[in-house]
Amino acid sequence: MTALPHGTSPAAAAAAAAADEDDALLTLDDVVKHFPIRRGIVIKSEVGQVRAVDGVSLTVRRGETLGLVGETGCGKSTLARCMTRLYPLTSGRITFDGHDISRLSPRAMRPYRRQMQMIFQDPYGSLNPHRRIGSIIGDPFAIHGVADGPERKRKVQELMELVGLNPEHFNRFPSDFSGGQRQRIGVARALALRPKLIVCDEPVSALDVSIQAQIINLLQTLQSELGLTYVFIAHDLSVVEHVSDRVAVMYLGKVVEIAERAALYSTPRHPYTAALLSAASVADPDRAAVRQRIVLHGDVPSPIDPPSGCRFHPRCPKAQEICGRVQPDLVPVLADPPKHVTACHFPMADGEKLGPAPAEPADAHPPGIGMR
Amino acid sequence: MCGAFILFLVLVAVFADPLSHLIGWGPTQQDRATGTTADGLPVGPGRIHLLGADQLGRDVLVRLIYGARVSLVVGVSAAIAAVLIGVIIGLCAGFLGPAVDSVLARLMDVVLAFPFLLFAIALVTVVGPSELLEIAVIAFFSWAAVGRIVRGQTLAIREREYVEAARSLGAGNLRIMVVDVLPNLIAPVLVYVTLLIPISIVFEATLSFLGVGIIPPTPSWGNMLDDAQQGGLYQVAWWFLTFPAAALVLTTLAFNLLGDSVRDALDPRTERLFAK
Amino acid sequence: MPLLEVRDLTVSFHTSDGLVQAVRGVSFDVEKGHTLGVVGESGSGKTVCTQTLLGLTPGADVSGQALFDGRDLLRMSPAELQRVRGARIAAIFQDPLSSLHPLYTVGWQIVEMIRAHRHIARSAARARAIELLDMVGIPQAASRVDDYPHQFSGGMRQRAMIAMALALDPDLIIADEPTTALDATVQAQVIELMTKLQTEFDTALIIITHDMGVIAETADEVMVMYAGKAVEKADRRTLFYFPHHPYTKGLLESIPGSTAAGERLRPIPGQPPSLISIPTGCAFHPRCQYVMDRCISEVPPLFDIAGGHTSACFLPTQILGLGEDVDRERASAAAAGRAENGAAARLAARATEEIETAGVHLPDAGVLAGAGMSDRSRGPRTSQNSPDDAGTQP
Ligand SMILES: Nc1ncnc2c1ncn2[C@@H]1O[C@H](COP(=O)(O)OP(=O)(O)OP(=O)(O)O)[C@@H](O)[C@H]1O
Ligand SMILES: Nc1ncnc2c1ncn2[C@@H]1O[C@H](COP(=O)(O)OP(=O)(O)OP(=O)(O)O)[C@@H](O)[C@H]1O
Ligand code: SF4
Ligand code: SF4
Ligand SMILES: [Mg+2]
Ligand SMILES: [Mg+2]
Repeated sequence: MTALPHGTSPAAAAAAAAADEDDALLTLDDVVKHFPIRRGIVIKSEVGQVRAVDGVSLTVRRGETLGLVGETGCGKSTLARCMTRLYPLTSGRITFDGHDISRLSPRAMRPYRRQMQMIFQDPYGSLNPHRRIGSIIGDPFAIHGVADGPERKRKVQELMELVGLNPEHFNRFPSDFSGGQRQRIGVARALALRPKLIVCDEPVSALDVSIQAQIINLLQTLQSELGLTYVFIAHDLSVVEHVSDRVAVMYLGKVVEIAERAALYSTPRHPYTAALLSAASVADPDRAAVRQRIVLHGDVPSPIDPPSGCRFHPRCPKAQEICGRVQPDLVPVLADPPKHVTACHFPMADGEKLGPAPAEPADAHPPGIGMR
Repeated sequence: MCGAFILFLVLVAVFADPLSHLIGWGPTQQDRATGTTADGLPVGPGRIHLLGADQLGRDVLVRLIYGARVSLVVGVSAAIAAVLIGVIIGLCAGFLGPAVDSVLARLMDVVLAFPFLLFAIALVTVVGPSELLEIAVIAFFSWAAVGRIVRGQTLAIREREYVEAARSLGAGNLRIMVVDVLPNLIAPVLVYVTLLIPISIVFEATLSFLGVGIIPPTPSWGNMLDDAQQGGLYQVAWWFLTFPAAALVLTTLAFNLLGDSVRDALDPRTERLFAK
Repeated sequence: MPLLEVRDLTVSFHTSDGLVQAVRGVSFDVEKGHTLGVVGESGSGKTVCTQTLLGLTPGADVSGQALFDGRDLLRMSPAELQRVRGARIAAIFQDPLSSLHPLYTVGWQIVEMIRAHRHIARSAARARAIELLDMVGIPQAASRVDDYPHQFSGGMRQRAMIAMALALDPDLIIADEPTTALDATVQAQVIELMTKLQTEFDTALIIITHDMGVIAETADEVMVMYAGKAVEKADRRTLFYFPHHPYTKGLLESIPGSTAAGERLRPIPGQPPSLISIPTGCAFHPRCQYVMDRCISEVPPLFDIAGGHTSACFLPTQILGLGEDVDRERASAAAAGRAENGAAARLAARATEEIETAGVHLPDAGVLAGAGMSDRSRGPRTSQNSPDDAGTQP
């Protein structure tokens, strides 16, 4: 990658410095995506914006798996769609393999589409129910005019075999397959043009644990065989821990912490990360009964009108006055190595226990459920 | 059942010429000798004219047969034309974003609000009646309803993940519309075609009845009805009104039933595919 | 008396491909204030089983009995069922995107649902909708109530569904994968919310989920389903620590976290069976590493293992639990039930081999590499999809 362009934010500079620059496959620099909110029936006027992604800088290195976790609605899917330029950016810069792709038109994006693919969450929704799977998997070839006729068919069948589907099932419809097999179809389609980067948006959330394990193994095998790079979004923290080399934690449109997997899981610095990890469900009744969970109280703030300063401050047990005023930078804290960056004024020390959330909103979820 | 009736109708329309030879009367042939009684009234159903004759002594059965031809040609062509226009415009409205949508949706509203008969009569008075014009008029007034349905479906499909998947592969708008959206519309559109055909047939009859459709003496069910009601002839010659009316009702009914069974045949499958 | 008493529920569908036996004789009870967790492979009939109770499987052949508060749900008229559904039994469906109509606002849908059961003013229903959305943690509920489903994130949609289910204070909530789309903190909140409701109103809960963590935290009793049958049923601790059925064992071993990070996971080999041609004998036998001769021909009944713990497997009932020692016991018990080189022996060998290689083989290295795509030899195929895979493919 070339030298950083002028006007780069300090956070991005730190993040970029943290990554080995030659290794960067995808670099996001202060990426912003806002959705306008329109109201009105005849005349639609813009009454506000959903700040779904609000200034994200990070680097994805060649050959790694970057896990992406965070609260529901914090903008993970939106960020994934920005990375692959399915959404136009509101502002910011995306560099893929040394090329700035942030402002390319859909037509100019096409050559890059071959190199970056997505795997979607819903194995039912992401396959057109009215098309045969051979034609679905062959889509990338058709769109990019790569192979035709019998050659395309052969390639599709090879892909099917690669992901563990029976190539003779070429002519079946998606409804003839189970959820796990459909997700394999999605993987096959994503692999067709041999991309460099695959962005997986909750690829295994809809699958049962055993099939989930099959798909994760498949993705890992393919990664080592084909040198793929993954961005892996998931809610299941144990899955993320299993697959990721590094993990980025998002909160309300911003990345609040990025670190290597082991560091993040053992010494989370950001209070939100700590709360998230503590809330992870444990598939073990006895451990689940004794573990201490930090239940975050307070309303999940709205991306329409995010809190000032540190966005976590209304719910953060450690918040102090400055947190509401000054937005913390994403930088190494507490003698962390440069590759562990955190955006917090008062990061958690090693082994620190997070206290209970601020006492005030104990009634945030009023028991007023009754209507009898 | 309804399928059989429609097949029968189609066969009758196709083989109208040999059939009329067999029966022995032409569609516009006037049988002054035996077709009307001495005082000029048409004869009823009997050996010579199976379903009776009209006021000019023309054979009602033969005219019904040729009328089926007109009804089917006009009905089917108008329905297909309407569906083609409706699908294309509905698809564009639903898929190409709010700007295109607001223009096209407004257009559909305008067309749906248009006084159909008034316009048709005015147009025919200016241009003069013809079969082609009739098809055009019917199609012009029917496509907007199809367009609305297609637009609604497209709006829903547009948000589906597989459309996004296609985009992420680099597919352009046209390809997504044709490859991913269109197949999902086949079922509802097919149902709609079968329902639109009888509507168009009734439209055709209405126009002919009002004298702005098929030009007499070419027979059509509509102008036969018109003949029957002129001068209150139907009061003495019931066959003259009943048979074209019955043909119209039966045809409409058959197509509607067919539409229902097409929907039943297609729906569970679509339902299940979508529900999963 | 349990709130819900299901006996021998059987559901099948006639399709153009054949008879789909989605549920094949399932019995269970749910007590007031208790939670039943249901786990099992995709397509094992979990959803069909619970939807049938609500009369939501039109066109299905249903037999058996489902007493809810003493009245048989399966024999109610549609009108009666309509009154029960929503008001007394609420459902949270699996797919929040399909369950919410894309062309109506979320608020409208909740209001309609309330007004379908209660005669209250639209404005009151709307206020209630906002209150509910707020309760399930949708930020700025008052303004987002007018959003369309696609403007919500996946988790927000799911919370909207939960809000809808809570709207009428039901006696029984059936939650089909209620937390799949949620992050850990919200999942914890939702679980807390549901358990709180449960203690407050003595609501009974059926939770269907793939997330064994949710089961570990919420369920009093757990039912494991496979190919339309309840293959094992036990209280939560017993199921996690002393499972008997090899399928349950496989499920527990597939959980990431039971293996060290970076290592390969240990999935159950093979694919779920087709419910049109269910394998003979024990439906799990093509994938079971302990398959014995009798498993192929005989259907294992539900054996009683200890108070309330039942399992449908021919392995000796005293072999319980996880770990290598127990596995060895299982293996030797199974070996005793197999003839040398018989069909069972071959199946067992293949399953064992696949578990050891962790379920995935690549057909060939560098398949996709340029020219390599065209002229490579066919490598060993992943056997879970080979057509001879004893009934796993229709
Ligand atoms: N097309 C859109 N129009 C308006 N708002 C949107 C749109 N898409 C997403 N949003 C909003 O942007 C925010 C982020 O949504 P996004 O889907 O990226 O979240 P997420 O992190 O993927 O959540 P989840 O984990 O639930 O999938 C949410 O508040 C959502 O409501
Ligand atoms: N209406 C229907 N017609 C035919 N087959 C059906 C119908 N509904 C469900 N099935 C079949 O019944 C079986 C059981 O489906 P079900 O949805 O209950 O599985 P599940 O256990 O809920 O799976 P998942 O975990 O993936 O949700 C599946 O094989 C499904 O294809
Ligand atoms: S900056 Fe302040 S409010 Fe934000 S996470 Fe750190 S301590 Fe909490
Ligand atoms: S041992 Fe036999 S009965 Fe038990 S699960 Fe395996 S195949 Fe089924
Ligand atoms: Mg998402
Ligand atoms: Mg289900």
